[in-house]
Amino acid sequence: MHPRSELKNTQREQHLFRLRLGVSALLVFICFGILAGRFFYLQFLKYDYYQTLAESNRISLVPIVPNRGLILDRNGVVLAHNFFVYTLEITPSKVENVEDTINNISQLIEVTSSDRKRFKKLRDQSHSFESVPLRAHLTEEEAARFAVNRYRFPGVEIRSRLFRHYPQGTLGSHLIGYIGRINDVDLKTLGEREDLPNYKGTDHIGKVGLEQYYERQLHGVTGFQQVEIDADGHAVRVLSSTAPIPGDNLTLSIDSKLQDIAEKAFGNRRGALVALNPANGEVLAYVSQPTFDPNLFVDGIDPDSWKGLNESLDKPLINRPLRGVYPPGSTFKPFVALAGLEAGKREPPFSIGDPGFYTLPGSSHQYRDWKPGGHGSVDVQRAITVSCDTFFYGLALDLGIDNLASFASHFGFGKKTGIDIDGELSGLLPTPAWKAKRWKQKWYPGETLITGIGQGYTLVTPMQLAQATAILANNGTAVRPHLVTGIQEGSNGVTRPIPVQIMDKVELNQQHIELVKQGMMGVTQPGGTAASIGAGAPYLIAAKTGTAQVVGIKHGEKYNASALDERHRDHALFIAYAPAEDPKIALAVIVENGGHGGSAAGPIARQVMDYYLLGKEPTPPPTAIPDAPAKPTEPEPHD
Amino acid sequence: MIRLLLKRATAHFDKFLLGTLMFTLLVALFVLYSASGQSMDRMISQAVNIMVACAVLWVFANIPPQHLQRVAVPLYLLGMLLLIGVFLFGDVSKGARRWLNLGVMRIQPSELMRIAVPMMLAWYFARREATLRFTDYVVGAVMLALPVALIVKQPDLGTALLISASGFYVLFLAGLSWRLLIGLGVAVAGLVPLVWPLLHDYQRRRIEILFDPYQDPLGAGYHTIQATIALGSGGLAGKGWLHGTQAQLDFLPERHTDFIFAVFGEEFGLLGNLLLLVLFSVIIARGMLITANAQNTFCRLLAGSITLTFFTYAFVNMGMVSGILPVVGVPLPLISYGGTSLVTLMIGFGILMSIQTHKKLVST
Repeated sequence: MHPRSELKNTQREQHLFRLRLGVSALLVFICFGILAGRFFYLQFLKYDYYQTLAESNRISLVPIVPNRGLILDRNGVVLAHNFFVYTLEITPSKVENVEDTINNISQLIEVTSSDRKRFKKLRDQSHSFESVPLRAHLTEEEAARFAVNRYRFPGVEIRSRLFRHYPQGTLGSHLIGYIGRINDVDLKTLGEREDLPNYKGTDHIGKVGLEQYYERQLHGVTGFQQVEIDADGHAVRVLSSTAPIPGDNLTLSIDSKLQDIAEKAFGNRRGALVALNPANGEVLAYVSQPTFDPNLFVDGIDPDSWKGLNESLDKPLINRPLRGVYPPGSTFKPFVALAGLEAGKREPPFSIGDPGFYTLPGSSHQYRDWKPGGHGSVDVQRAITVSCDTFFYGLALDLGIDNLASFASHFGFGKKTGIDIDGELSGLLPTPAWKAKRWKQKWYPGETLITGIGQGYTLVTPMQLAQATAILANNGTAVRPHLVTGIQEGSNGVTRPIPVQIMDKVELNQQHIELVKQGMMGVTQPGGTAASIGAGAPYLIAAKTGTAQVVGIKHGEKYNASALDERHRDHALFIAYAPAEDPKIALAVIVENGGHGGSAAGPIARQVMDYYLLGKEPTPPPTAIPDAPAKPTEPEPHD
Repeated sequence: MIRLLLKRATAHFDKFLLGTLMFTLLVALFVLYSASGQSMDRMISQAVNIMVACAVLWVFANIPPQHLQRVAVPLYLLGMLLLIGVFLFGDVSKGARRWLNLGVMRIQPSELMRIAVPMMLAWYFARREATLRFTDYVVGAVMLALPVALIVKQPDLGTALLISASGFYVLFLAGLSWRLLIGLGVAVAGLVPLVWPLLHDYQRRRIEILFDPYQDPLGAGYHTIQATIALGSGGLAGKGWLHGTQAQLDFLPERHTDFIFAVFGEEFGLLGNLLLLVLFSVIIARGMLITANAQNTFCRLLAGSITLTFFTYAFVNMGMVSGILPVVGVPLPLISYGGTSLVTLMIGFGILMSIQTHKKLVST
């Protein structure tokens, strides 16, 4: 600092140091003086004020939990709401012997063994000072009977709590989701979101589906009261109160009647259906079969029900539209056809003579068509209508796998659709680069061929397939699909509409898309693979059937549905939009192990379209349609 | 014979300082008993902590300062290495990455740095004292900023703040120019209005709550409000030992650690608080006396830093409990429950005693 003072000047150094030390001492003195002043202020001048707050009447801050927002369908039918129930709750740390206490309670109020199991499970998951529900939905009489005997049970109390209820039961359970008790993982998320104070007093949080995706909107803002408490801990008087702001109400695009028809149409079969309005991305129906009752989860599911749901071979807890991945089968063909046309590869009058199989140049291996003997002369439009495999083998090879993949990605294949539910899978659009990375293997031309008919590595979710159909119906414009159309704010009742969001737009030659659409309209006409689906419909349906192999059929072997175990049968797929000339609805249906798309999945689609477009309800009530036996004359289209 | 041995053993104790410390620790035990809901276990466990800490104090009091001077650099480097280790492989607990698992034991390297940083800086300035230049302060600031940055990142704001303070005191005592000091102060004050609009809403809100706890009475402000009520209702003479209603009725959070002063203030009142301030002042005054009489620059700077850091602890904790400073995780020295911080503290006092008692043995 002072370059001049090269020589050590002890005297001066000492002096400087002592000066600094003196300044520090002064700082200490001042700071402690401030503290002393503060203590004097708090403990002498304001003593009476704090004395009142703390001694004679202790102040407690009590959170007031806001009402959770409602979930309504497009016509205002309630899908999720709240009501008050009495619950009997035990705080384990305040009870000497929990087992004895429960036994004594059960002499007053019925406590089933599943209540006990659920209590045990919840108790293991919570801290001992938290109160854990033993019984919910106490009747007035039970509550009164306990209240009389309350003195016998310290640490046990009746609480009146807001309960979430899903009045439609299993209807749309996968899209609505459910709430459940807040666990450690939720606490961590809330902590990261800096939302913990807002959850004081709240026991539940959205776990899956819309309940989870819109948790912030649904929860609302917690209010609080400053309450005076007397020496016994009872509230005496409310000092100040800030009202809670209720959660926002959600209005869905779902029509619960349509949803119900769609779910019932599946009967007891497994599968998924997604129906969209192609113009604005509204989700009209969202089916995952089998369903479950979300009410089971609200206050902790009992172990038996959980086991039943979790271990069922039908996997009812899987959200199939978003998390079920299937090979698209022949429903992929319209997109391959469009890719070919746009690349200038198969424009009419181009046609092939189909002998019933395709061989790669320089190879003798036969890639078979689903129809032995072939379809004869096939152009691009007819190739879609009759689902000619041979045509698409050649086209896929001609296009090349990379071109095919990059074109298909414009229709949402291989990426998430962005729907307003978490956990969506992105499926798989295979490329040689992907295979090299994933399997460290090279890509074979044969794999390009089978990709052309939607087999091989390609995987789609039902949501993606519906979205791709909607984009096609919409002439290449991709609109973000969404379930919530409006959010009514809890604070002021004003409804905010969710804007339509255009995500992508492919420039397509109108003539090309018209050819593909014509091919799809042919599918539901006589001669098409799903002629029966169009029969008697007063509107025109553009569709495509599909069958996805679950077990590979060996070369030269014939597919025989009855000989295969039910769970190894092919998945049936069906995509459609209608009316064909002015699409109002686009949908995708998958029936797991359903066999052929036209006969298993098509009728479900038809029922949904009939109701949506005509208001026609299915009569008689739909039941499981038995697998149609293969006609002896013509083979069931296996494509 | 025994008397001789005893004399040897206690030769390096500063009896006045030791007496004051012991009295304060004894008071602390009583406060802890009340603050922990009259838990004998807690009290015994803290008594064990105190005994261990006293043993450590004795050891450090017997280490001559010139030994410390020699290990300053390696200790600092080791601390840095461990801090980097924490940054890369540390265990996460309660959302912060503070611990390093060495297989046999888990250590918290930031505690080591509380001693190592002032030692390192004192060593550096003692070495450069004859030829001090501006750049030396820059070097010192960098040596301070590196560990502090790593600790902020953990995040452990309380410890980072105290280590910054301990390093700053060395710089200050070593003669950091007034002009620079004032310049720095003005610069920081000037930056606030510039940075404020750049912050996120939630960051701004956090800072606002720090200064006005009533904005968030259920969340971040809860501690402060309850602690102020506890202190204020204590009045002149307090509600009496074990009779603090706020403390005994679970209103006070963390009442045996960071907020133990609220229990003390509620039960012993204004008089008790002032007595505690006097006790702390006596300890600080003794520390300053030792500093003023220390033999060489290293000892002076180190002793000064230790003393002033102790003061900072006390001031920040009492300030936050009484609601004039924002809530940061700093325990009340000597009083709060916890072994680690007590041991670190007693190492500091051991060093002070060593500086005081080894004076005569070293020739100038």
